[in-house]
Amino acid sequence: MISATVFLTFILMLTIFLGFELINKVPATLHTPLMSGANAISGITLVGALSLAGTGRHDLANWMSVAAVALATINVVGGYLVTDRMLAMFRKKGS
Amino acid sequence: MDSLIQYSYIVAAALFIFGLKQLGSPATARRGNGLSAIAMLLAVVAGLLDQGIVEYQWILLGVVVGTVIGAAAARLVQMTAMPEMVALFNGFGGLASLLVGWAALAPGSATFTLVTIILSILIGGVTFTGSMIAYGKLSERIGSGAVLFSGQQVVNSLIVLGILAGSVMFCLQPANHFWLYLVVALSLVFGVMAVIPIGGADMPVVISLLNSYSGLAACAAGFAVNNNILIVAGALVGASGIILTQIMCKAMNRSLANVLFSGFGSGKVEQTAVEGEIKPISAEDAYYILEAASNVAIIPGYGMAVAQAQHVVKELAEMLERNGCEVNFGIHPVAGRMPGHMNVLLAEADVPYEQLLEMDDINPRMENVDVAIVIGANDVVNPAARENEGSPIYGMPVINVDKARTVFVLKRSMASGFAGIENPLFYKDNTRMLFGDAKESIGNLVREFSV
Repeated sequence: MISATVFLTFILMLTIFLGFELINKVPATLHTPLMSGANAISGITLVGALSLAGTGRHDLANWMSVAAVALATINVVGGYLVTDRMLAMFRKKGS
Repeated sequence: MDSLIQYSYIVAAALFIFGLKQLGSPATARRGNGLSAIAMLLAVVAGLLDQGIVEYQWILLGVVVGTVIGAAAARLVQMTAMPEMVALFNGFGGLASLLVGWAALAPGSATFTLVTIILSILIGGVTFTGSMIAYGKLSERIGSGAVLFSGQQVVNSLIVLGILAGSVMFCLQPANHFWLYLVVALSLVFGVMAVIPIGGADMPVVISLLNSYSGLAACAAGFAVNNNILIVAGALVGASGIILTQIMCKAMNRSLANVLFSGFGSGKVEQTAVEGEIKPISAEDAYYILEAASNVAIIPGYGMAVAQAQHVVKELAEMLERNGCEVNFGIHPVAGRMPGHMNVLLAEADVPYEQLLEMDDINPRMENVDVAIVIGANDVVNPAARENEGSPIYGMPVINVDKARTVFVLKRSMASGFAGIENPLFYKDNTRMLFGDAKESIGNLVREFSV
């Protein structure tokens, strides 16, 4: 039986290679939106915080997770909106 | 229920990947960002179905507070303040990962889990304080220069050793919270120490690197709480940040280690005497030259952002075009304080992106350019990088404005650039200096065109 850890590490390895391939050919014009869009994705840690923030045990771990939910949400919501605001400004000639 | 959650994560991962792919082309980028946001929403909804969740009110509170703050910040921020905004968001993501890693600590955790917990605390902590310092430097709340002191390497080495020792002891004795607190504290300190020696002009590298870290922190947190989507999304961000970091380093012809540890621009620079004299020009004379020009290249730098001159620059470009002149913008990859900084500012001013040329596209055309207008850029147009082997920036690819027939340099004063390096461009025969605030100087040119 192969452990879950091995599977997860396998996924990690493949994803890193995929990430390199995806980003490699982005034109310089899009570097800022790409960075801030990627930054919003890193707020995915929100999903991890959710389950830890609703345990019903009102201990330190629970409150830390609630704080993590708030912080990660700022990262996610702010990141996507600001990226969208930037991308809305990029326009082709004549449009 | 659990398999529903897992399948939703798979769909979310596919959407993230597709979204990132679409972010790579200007025509589809906005849709790509939207797809990625949908992926996030899907992942969050799936995450809420987790059976470990027995009460929702605190989650709701956190989400509401975060949404209000995030949305307000995103709406209110000025485009010129974008670099520090990105740094700030990034720091919050890092802190969230630190907290998730910490909260995931439960009695009887396996050693592998303990290792990933300590990794998410470490990377999250460094990302948090590092981003906060970057935020401070970018918004000029603290000095943007490199901070170096004697014994810095020793102090940093001790911190790293402390982190390593603390981490090992934590994994061996998870019940002893002293080690945990030690690693938390030291990683926060290390984030500060890692960014203070890096000067303002190297910020594009630092921001991309911190961006990468925040992804890796989320990835480590994913291992700590056993969640696929955190691992996949975190790793995607980690990889993209590393690629951007590489691009930025290459654009400065320096290694990552050199950027991170050298405190560039703070050391003493041996000055080579530059021959020639400075030739100032008035707005009126500059107008006569521009009026006769048929091909103009504009090279913006951080000074354009500081002066908020992007709108008036666009006005000048329009005037020139109406006059039958071809206008292009030459954008150096590290111009400004974050990757693509100039592109965003010019996009805000409604300059179409086809008009923004990358360094490798504008350089071959430079010999046909009648007037190159340098606005608040210095080191990225310094011909010493090509000609003077003794120069600290020798070998860095630059925009060869000196090959244009005439060069206008807009500058506030004769102070040298960030790196403290003399710029022989200012003394060349074909260079004219237009002193003053960039916004005012260009405003004067625009007025000359209007009369």
